[in-house]
Amino acid sequence: MRFNIYRYNPEIDTEPHVQQFNLDNIEPGTMLLAALLRIKDEQDETLSFRRSCGEGVCGSDGMNINGTNGLACITSLDDLKQPIEIKPLPGLPVIRDLIIDMDQFYKQYRAVKPYLIVNDPMPEVELLQTPEQRENLDGLYECVLCGCCSTACPSFWWNPEKFLGPAALLQASRFIEDSRDQAFEQRLQDLEGPFKLFRCHTIMNCVNVCPKGLNPTKAIGRIKSKMVSRSL
Amino acid sequence: MSSHNASHKNQPIERRQFDTLIIGAGGGGLRASLQLAEADLSVAVVSKVFPTRSHTVAAQGGMNAALANVLPDNWHWHMFDTVKGSDYLGDQDAIEYMCRAAPKAVYELEHFGVPFSRLDNGKIYQRAFGGQSQDFGGDQAARTCAAADRTGHAILHSLYQQNIRAKTHFFDEYFAVDLLKDDEGHVLGAVIFNIHDGQIVVIEAKTTLLATGGAGQLYKTTTNALINTGDGLGMAMRAGIPLQDMEFFQFHPTGIAGRGMLITEGARGEGGYLVNGDGERLMERYAPKSKDLASRDVVSRAIAVEVREGRGCGPNKDHVMLKLDHLGEEVIQKRLPGIRQTCITFLGIDPAEAPIPVYPTAHYTMGGIPTNRYGQVVVPVKDTPEEPVQGLYAAGECACVSVHGANRLGGNSLLDILVFGRAAANHIIDYLKENKYHRVIDEKIINKVVENVKRYDLNGKQSNNPSAVPIEKVATLRKELKQVMEDHCSVFRNEEILKEGVEKVEQLVQRMKNVKIDDQSFTFNTAKVEAFELENLMACALATMHCAYARKESRGAHSRTDFTERDDKSWMRHSLYSYENGLDYKPVRTKPMSVESFPPKPRVY
Repeated sequence: MRFNIYRYNPEIDTEPHVQQFNLDNIEPGTMLLAALLRIKDEQDETLSFRRSCGEGVCGSDGMNINGTNGLACITSLDDLKQPIEIKPLPGLPVIRDLIIDMDQFYKQYRAVKPYLIVNDPMPEVELLQTPEQRENLDGLYECVLCGCCSTACPSFWWNPEKFLGPAALLQASRFIEDSRDQAFEQRLQDLEGPFKLFRCHTIMNCVNVCPKGLNPTKAIGRIKSKMVSRSL
Repeated sequence: MSSHNASHKNQPIERRQFDTLIIGAGGGGLRASLQLAEADLSVAVVSKVFPTRSHTVAAQGGMNAALANVLPDNWHWHMFDTVKGSDYLGDQDAIEYMCRAAPKAVYELEHFGVPFSRLDNGKIYQRAFGGQSQDFGGDQAARTCAAADRTGHAILHSLYQQNIRAKTHFFDEYFAVDLLKDDEGHVLGAVIFNIHDGQIVVIEAKTTLLATGGAGQLYKTTTNALINTGDGLGMAMRAGIPLQDMEFFQFHPTGIAGRGMLITEGARGEGGYLVNGDGERLMERYAPKSKDLASRDVVSRAIAVEVREGRGCGPNKDHVMLKLDHLGEEVIQKRLPGIRQTCITFLGIDPAEAPIPVYPTAHYTMGGIPTNRYGQVVVPVKDTPEEPVQGLYAAGECACVSVHGANRLGGNSLLDILVFGRAAANHIIDYLKENKYHRVIDEKIINKVVENVKRYDLNGKQSNNPSAVPIEKVATLRKELKQVMEDHCSVFRNEEILKEGVEKVEQLVQRMKNVKIDDQSFTFNTAKVEAFELENLMACALATMHCAYARKESRGAHSRTDFTERDDKSWMRHSLYSYENGLDYKPVRTKPMSVESFPPKPRVY
């Protein structure tokens, strides 16, 4: 099986290049991460990428695979056309090989105040929430912050400082939708203006690439409709 | 390249000072950091990965607390179950403390925003889990608070989010190599390096909390993430601190066979059950009362016996099946959506339609750095078995309080990290009131550790090799180590297998000294990180094999085919292993804080 992998080490390379690797004896159902680990162990220990849980929960190994962003650990080699082209996630600076600098991504995440805000004194027990209210959070809270969506979003590429991007907006929606949160008004107000939220042009790349099957575009739509009904 | 390296070498080493240094940003580290940041102390959290990548994120089934939202419950029953689950090796003061603190720990998390699943009355959903009973061994309890089967993810993200609010200072993607310890035994911080650019940073701290998680990467097939390399355990060993009860390594009954992905015990809690190759519901024979919800060690042994005796499933009869399809798609999608997706992704099997092939898989490090119930690291000094190491704390899977003893109950690990992360932070707050100033560190101590941190820099370039020892590769040694542990320290053990295991691990430890790495870069050098990680795994392996070889009884997860009975007279005691003193032992703390002690009894489920 053939792999064309993006390589760049700022200490050695003046510009990035593509390196070809071959692997034999790959069993059906093998995930891309297993192949990358084998290449690193058996052929080139300098090949650099992030990885951890190996089952799509920690969000470490986001990369661009044959032109589409995804998590290497849950992308089966069976479904990939050869040679498999592997690049870092696009749109953010590359630190080395497949490792990008995610600072801007995390900054936008922090910008939406991604934590529950309750102003009333807390009860001695849990805050109550009906199963229906809790179901509102399904499809929002499961995000693993891998960055696949935001780095697939043209609006985020052009305005990574001003447009919050799909991942951060999904988080914003997660707290706007939480029946326990008491900062509803403030959260909507904070998203006003031409850039933060409204740079989303519903291109829907985020939906197509999300490895967890989440729908940031829909979440953004939910925020927009709440803004509309609030202004009426 | 040369110019970069030259400037790098000449730069003075950065020094930072904090009240508290926390190493590890999983649930234990983040619960502690939140408590400390809110107490207005300066806190640095150092993590080799971005916090939400920590392995807490992968916990599925939930967290135990006697909330009695579904069935009658109280903390004392929880305590009984935990003591029994530990096979009477757990320390009962710590267990009482944890079980009493559990409801508050859950309510706090809920207030932090954790999206727990809910009951119709709006309260937190609780499910049945293994080893749980009402009324001291009576009917099944439902004690595990869950956010579907993504409880760890929900908790870790909420804790990180609260730390954002509290403005905790994070050192993301820094690797902590070694502790700073002075001649009087005080721990004064650690030396770390920035993985992004290789820069070394000396962190001086009045208190240091190790919260680095377990060492599941010791085994070839494991539910654990690649980052779970026992880093805090290795650091402690190198600082002269013994590791405790390392022979007790939990094999989770239901890892996906041959692959290792975890299928939560919650799958059985929701009504799933195991079947063997004859289609028989096998747990009925091994645990007539609790069946599939017996303790993990019991269920794992049952599966291993079925396979060994030829009643496995599949062409090689090397696994059993976990059946869930009778629960119906709606329940599976609502309560177990994560494992459903995992099965579809990795097996092409939808558990709503077909059973899941499973086998016991390395899962949890019951042993670790010995602590008391305040999170203080404790070591034997002369006649005192547990003397606190000044300035050093440990919490979570890397610690051994010990609330899990010889076998951890499902749902008690998330509880452990939250209760003892918080308890350690509270003790640190008190300690800092009495110890207001940084102790002066001898520069020689810092220099020695810093030189050690540099030991892989340029080491692949040293081509003239005077001693002519063969050069070893990290990947090769790691592969061998994982195989040795799998073959010699698995579900069943005996004298011969363990003796050979000790010898093989000793040889690997020697060969580790000859490791060279090809990657000479200072930019995100993952090869260097993996070399340090393997050193830590080697330390864990050494302690695990020695403790296992020495313990001539069967207790909890340590099952010897040549000593099949529990021997309370000789072995109701904790193992300790250190580089300096080899094996040592200390008594179990059998006296709880306020209630009567639970004396050892035969363990029947």
